[in-house]
Amino acid sequence: MDYFLTEQQKTIKGLARRIAEERILPIRTELDEKEEFPWNIMKDLADADMFRVFVPEAYEGLGGGCLELCLVTEELSRICSGVAVSYAASALGVMTVMEYGTEEQKKKFLPDIASGKKLGAFAITEPMAGSDAGNIKTTAEKVAGGYLLNGTKQFITNGGEAEIYTIIALTDKNKGARGASAIIVEKGTPGFTFGKKEKKMGIRSSATRELVFKNCLVPEGNLLGKPGLGFVQAMRLFDRSRPGIGAQAVGLAQGALEAAVDYAQERVQFDQPIITQPVVQQMLADMAIQTEAARALVYAAARYVDSGAKDVTEPSAMAKVFASDAAMKVTVDAVQICGGAGYMRDYPVEKMMRDAKILQIYEGTNQILRNAIAVNLRKRKGRTA
Amino acid sequence: MNIIVCLKQVPGTTAVKIDPQTNTLVRQGIESIINPFDTYAVEEAVRIKEKHGGKVTVITMGPPQAETALREAISRGADEAVLLTDRAFGGADTWATARTLAQAILKLTPYDLIICGRQTIDGDTGQVGPEMAEMLGVPFIAYVSQIEEISNNKIRVRRMIEEGHEVIEADLPAAITVSKEINLPRLPSLRGISRSRSAKIPAWGAAELGIDPATVGLSGSSTQVIKIFFPQRVSQAEMLTGSPESQAEKLVEKLKGASLI
Repeated sequence: MDYFLTEQQKTIKGLARRIAEERILPIRTELDEKEEFPWNIMKDLADADMFRVFVPEAYEGLGGGCLELCLVTEELSRICSGVAVSYAASALGVMTVMEYGTEEQKKKFLPDIASGKKLGAFAITEPMAGSDAGNIKTTAEKVAGGYLLNGTKQFITNGGEAEIYTIIALTDKNKGARGASAIIVEKGTPGFTFGKKEKKMGIRSSATRELVFKNCLVPEGNLLGKPGLGFVQAMRLFDRSRPGIGAQAVGLAQGALEAAVDYAQERVQFDQPIITQPVVQQMLADMAIQTEAARALVYAAARYVDSGAKDVTEPSAMAKVFASDAAMKVTVDAVQICGGAGYMRDYPVEKMMRDAKILQIYEGTNQILRNAIAVNLRKRKGRTA
Repeated sequence: MNIIVCLKQVPGTTAVKIDPQTNTLVRQGIESIINPFDTYAVEEAVRIKEKHGGKVTVITMGPPQAETALREAISRGADEAVLLTDRAFGGADTWATARTLAQAILKLTPYDLIICGRQTIDGDTGQVGPEMAEMLGVPFIAYVSQIEEISNNKIRVRRMIEEGHEVIEADLPAAITVSKEINLPRLPSLRGISRSRSAKIPAWGAAELGIDPATVGLSGSSTQVIKIFFPQRVSQAEMLTGSPESQAEKLVEKLKGASLI
């Protein structure tokens, strides 16, 4: 389908596809098996200006928005979702800087992200604060010379690999979520170390790690926006980043669909390629419908975010939920169509199926997001948008 | 460093067809790419520029559509490009091609280094680089797999030979052809693509080069392709039958009969 992308958007998408096919495809199995962070690919993406896509021009970026970020993420995810999330997490790490940062903070942190010299990461999740994100315990106590951080962040994408971290911590622990603030912490700051690297079901080339803060002193100038607004900033961030998870899901579903079609055309049973079986055709058609519908919703949500609209919670949650559920279903069916071969690690679809599951979990579980959508529906008292 | 890279646009597949009338390759409907070896030349030139400063100019001789290969080279980091195109250049053999390129390079003087790919994947001769260097009267080194040093107006390189490698030093300006061991070419960048779209690429014909049309192209070629053909596939397999033992005996006899054992 034609989504009427601009020339620049088509160029971005085309180049991302080329990088994915030429550089990621030859090593994706190895990346998955070895659970190795794809630094070489990050370098290729940096050389191709892919990290500039989401950064404003004033800070050495190309001034794209949510849609451009989605296009790159989708294409990378079509080949490897682990690489895609490592790329997109860098954007997530600095989106709060872009929105709430001072001129000085933007000048300090954004150019290195844009060039790909440094990666970013965002950290809110803690052992006792997942879906209940307001229950964070990490503190950032105001002391002479800055903020003193103490606590542990869990399951942080790009943890250990990124240089620039946006952390949500309590600057006023008596106020709970209303006492939370967003603070930038740079790798190498004394008192900031990394805990265990998680062993995951899927997206195994991406790094997921604990961040440990023990009396880590961060300069006062690293506070983003006003103290006490950290939780709101984080919720707004996810409202604008969720289409990106949707895009990751679309790419993954697309990759699985293509693999299933290829296999169904080659695999001969009862003297015929299995794609001639009506039951297989029905499955493939459903996979194609789910994938395309997810893409349409993700692009629409991304464009809505880029329009500057304020009420993006609902469309963005819808895009994430629908696309990730679609990716799960499509990848499960892709394995089914590939049969015994599909279950083997020699074929790409079992990896895709493992990679898909996380999409229904992170950046808001699909259940929590359905709640958020329902809250809006109740507010409207049955009236439609 | 002023670096000139010569490249060629070639069919992006080996499944080419030959026009039986003209004995030339059928290029219609086939995607064109930069000759893969030439992408290593562009990459190496860009790396030298990044290290030593200067500029990279890419040139190609070909039909007007060869301009896309030049734009791709710019998107991968080259600074400027010149397209050598003229009906008079058509049908050139390696000598006439080298003459045309050399004439263009004279126009681009002063330069420090010329880099070409070791050969093209369509013609496969590997002759244009050395012929051109000879015409320009500059030192030439083929099959370069590593540039060890560029300083004091000299270049020291490692070149591949059958038994291993040689380290050779030459005065600049010089010309080299590179092999694929030299680097891993980068992909285009978004800023490079945007630069390549707006780049002005001059087209030089025989007139601009101040060259007699009779000395280039088909009429300036000392060799001519008389015929191109696919070799006939002949299979002369002889199947041996019988028990494994008797097959082995027959095989030994045959090999002895052919004086192979």
